[in-house]
Amino acid sequence: MTAAGLREPPAAKALLILAALAYVALMLLLPLGAVMYEALRKGWGLWHAAVTEPDALASIKLTLIVAAITVPLNTVFGIAAAWAIAKFDFPGKAALIALIELPFSVSPVVSGLVFVLLFGAQGWLGPWLDAHDIHIIFALPGLVLATVFVTFPFVARQLIPLMSAQGRADEEAALTLGASGWQTFWRVTLPNIRFGLLYGVLLCNARAMGEFGAVSVVSGHIRGQTNTMPLQVEALYNDYDFVAAFAVASLLALLALVTLALKSALEWRYRHELSAVH
Amino acid sequence: MASAPASRSTPLPGFGLSLGVTVLWLSLIVLIPLSAVFVRSGSEGWHNFWAAAGSSRALAAYRLSFGAAALAALINCIFGLLVAWVLVRYRFAGRRLLSALIDLPFALPTAVAGIALTALYADTGIIGRILEPAGFPVAYKPAGVVVALTFIGLPFVVRTVEPVLAEASSEVEEAALTLGATRLQTFSRVILPTIVPALATGFALAFARGAGEYGSVIFIAGNVPFKSEIAPLLIITQLEEYSYAGAAAIACVMLLISFAVLLLLNLLQHWQQRRVG
Repeated sequence: MTAAGLREPPAAKALLILAALAYVALMLLLPLGAVMYEALRKGWGLWHAAVTEPDALASIKLTLIVAAITVPLNTVFGIAAAWAIAKFDFPGKAALIALIELPFSVSPVVSGLVFVLLFGAQGWLGPWLDAHDIHIIFALPGLVLATVFVTFPFVARQLIPLMSAQGRADEEAALTLGASGWQTFWRVTLPNIRFGLLYGVLLCNARAMGEFGAVSVVSGHIRGQTNTMPLQVEALYNDYDFVAAFAVASLLALLALVTLALKSALEWRYRHELSAVH
Repeated sequence: MASAPASRSTPLPGFGLSLGVTVLWLSLIVLIPLSAVFVRSGSEGWHNFWAAAGSSRALAAYRLSFGAAALAALINCIFGLLVAWVLVRYRFAGRRLLSALIDLPFALPTAVAGIALTALYADTGIIGRILEPAGFPVAYKPAGVVVALTFIGLPFVVRTVEPVLAEASSEVEEAALTLGATRLQTFSRVILPTIVPALATGFALAFARGAGEYGSVIFIAGNVPFKSEIAPLLIITQLEEYSYAGAAAIACVMLLISFAVLLLLNLLQHWQQRRVG
């Protein structure tokens, strides 16, 4: 895109590329390498022992359960929100989009705090819940609520611009040809948005499994019971059990790498389907 | 972009259902819980509100959280622009890998980033071993907070500046060069003005994220009250002391500042859209 006259002298170009690579290596690659190095510095045996230890396994299981509940909930919500916002015109649309993206600008700690204020021992519903022996805070429902809050916008914000750009012509044609509303959704809309949806779900899942601040407030930190993987990392780290902490952290780092690889693959192969630019 | 104007007169079904689900879920998960912060923070009167939210310890924590977030966002504007420039303007081996890596802070759980940065910057770590004897300790100091927030904020600036830089017209640049401007003059007078709105948006996004950040910071900050204690940590301290109203008061101040930044951000994006056309 740049004409020959616009090119920097080769030396300047090389210097800029080197500077960018050096900065990213120092700021991003080095921390990633540190996780893997610290996890394996005492050998595979200790790494394996650390990630198969009962409390670590319990934290892995809990993280998977929380993500398995959270991601589908926010996926259904994201599709519903995108359908309403992208396919119809109504007043207050911009405000609704801003409200959906609100959780992104709330501190994770505050995202957990709101549920403690509602359901905690001294919260609004605390005494009632206590009387009926219902546990939300320091239990699975609290972890799920906090995670749903922080991952709330991921799927919706991916689908809204995509579906807006696609317009309604395909759906209207299907309806004219006699398809029902649900048939149109399953056979026309869903295939159109599948890669955008996958992209949103991928990012939503990564955040759900890796969330720390919000779940830290509502978890109660009971090992083997209410510690998700990031919380287990913190608990082990605070015990000065660094090898075990980094071993569990290395699993989360692997999750991050897989997420990045899938995300990049989607961006390269399906760039057009992701942004609906034809 | 093939965008069709939508209207309510469409034969498409499901408007009531989808909008209903959206508003209900939004209210239950976000709006009602968030309103609890504002109601609860005032539940014990203004005097108690200010005793918690306006204490000298809280003020020191806001100063650290917002100050470190601003400094980190500024650093990210400089290096984020460099990375975005290199990604958009040059083709070189490893470019795709570099691009994929930029989003690492989005994908890596914050607690993992936190312990990794601490391992690197502590006096035994490979960076700390150099910086500490040089008289510049980072771990367990306010500088550690800036390092963690710089890590977290980089992709916000890169991803905001990249598309604007890619769309910036090369004709104007060419014209400037033909008219005798130097490369540096062309950059500062022609290119920079077109990407300033995007840079400002990236700054605001990185700043908002950094001010509320917790996981990546608490391991590397010393967490010493008045010195290296961030505002989100103070909320947790208040909760551990069973002071719900105190925790809500500090959260209230943080939310109001975040909302103000968000409002500014929307104005910026409006400005950016108008400039890009």
